[in-house]
Amino acid sequence: MAWMAWTWPTAAFFAVIAALLITFTVLAVKFPETPRRGILGIETTRGDRLFITLLGSAFLNLAWLGFGIAPQPYALLACLVLAAAIFRFV
Amino acid sequence: MNKTVNQKAWFLVLPVLVLVAFSAIIPLMTVVNYSVQDTFGNNVFFWNGIRWFEDMLNSERMWNALGRQAVFSAIILAIEVPLGVFVALNMPKKGFWASFCLVVMSLPLLIPWNVVGTIWQIFGRVDIGLLGYTLDAIGINYNYTQGYFAAWTTVIVMDVWHWTSLVALLAYAGLQSIPDAYYQAAKIDQASRWAVFRYIELPKMMGVLMIAILLRFMDSFMIYTEPFVVTGGGPGNATTFLSIDLVKMALGQFDLGPAAAFSIMYFLVILAISWVFYTVMTNLDKRDVR
Repeated sequence: MAWMAWTWPTAAFFAVIAALLITFTVLAVKFPETPRRGILGIETTRGDRLFITLLGSAFLNLAWLGFGIAPQPYALLACLVLAAAIFRFV
Repeated sequence: MNKTVNQKAWFLVLPVLVLVAFSAIIPLMTVVNYSVQDTFGNNVFFWNGIRWFEDMLNSERMWNALGRQAVFSAIILAIEVPLGVFVALNMPKKGFWASFCLVVMSLPLLIPWNVVGTIWQIFGRVDIGLLGYTLDAIGINYNYTQGYFAAWTTVIVMDVWHWTSLVALLAYAGLQSIPDAYYQAAKIDQASRWAVFRYIELPKMMGVLMIAILLRFMDSFMIYTEPFVVTGGGPGNATTFLSIDLVKMALGQFDLGPAAAFSIMYFLVILAISWVFYTVMTNLDKRDVR
């Protein structure tokens, strides 16, 4: 694996994403749900909302960095707020 | 009748998953690893945090390439989609000429990118190319290696020449699936040609047209070979689109870190736009079903 040039932070990053995917797969199997329609006007399942959250978080982090809003770790707090909002309203 | 729920079929997807992991996911993970490190070669890396992302977000070069890319894709879609639909509407519906048109239309699609680039590179040359020579002879100052406007026009016309038939063929397939009854009903109602297009043909073409737009967007957003062969990204940086700039950075200057950060942002943009297209398409399908 040396050729992949792993670092601890990137490994943790992918581990978190993998864990999220596995959790949501298990959730989807154990507790099936019907899609619902939120403020975007599209039908979403939990998995869809996770995807929107992850993609939104990526852009939020980039915007945070690009505009230099505050030290980068705080962006993760904003991402949590974003996640809560997306899971509640979308 | 009750359907039994059985999710075991998902295991049949495993081989594909392994293949995609090998060819896409693991390389992408490596790119992420590169994006937070610096290297002086020999596969020795140094931790660099998020500095490359910061550099790239503040790099005028990247924003300019992104801007050029967005303008290029917008122009390509604005020309090819209406033109493709127009061509499809005017193609014969059946008989010998229908097949003839289909074959002629699909010819440009069969030509590889670099060959298309070479064809237009020579076609547009002032000394030996028919197009360049003719334009020069009637007094139009056309030189795609020096003129900003000429370079853009050449690249755009080339792409229109290469890919409009894809849109036309897809739109044509959409049109062919409309039953005659719709047209007969429209005739009884004395609907105008525009009304027939607006209320019968366009809605029925919508799904397939969305796929055409998605394909043309993706392809034009990642365009590399054709402008690279024709203009090499010039004059200056006039036609240096995102992927050309990316390759210059990654393989020309061997700046792996910045190039990796750049590619991740490129990837995110494409992912976001593809998701929008996907959502719109699936929602169109659902509306049709209802």
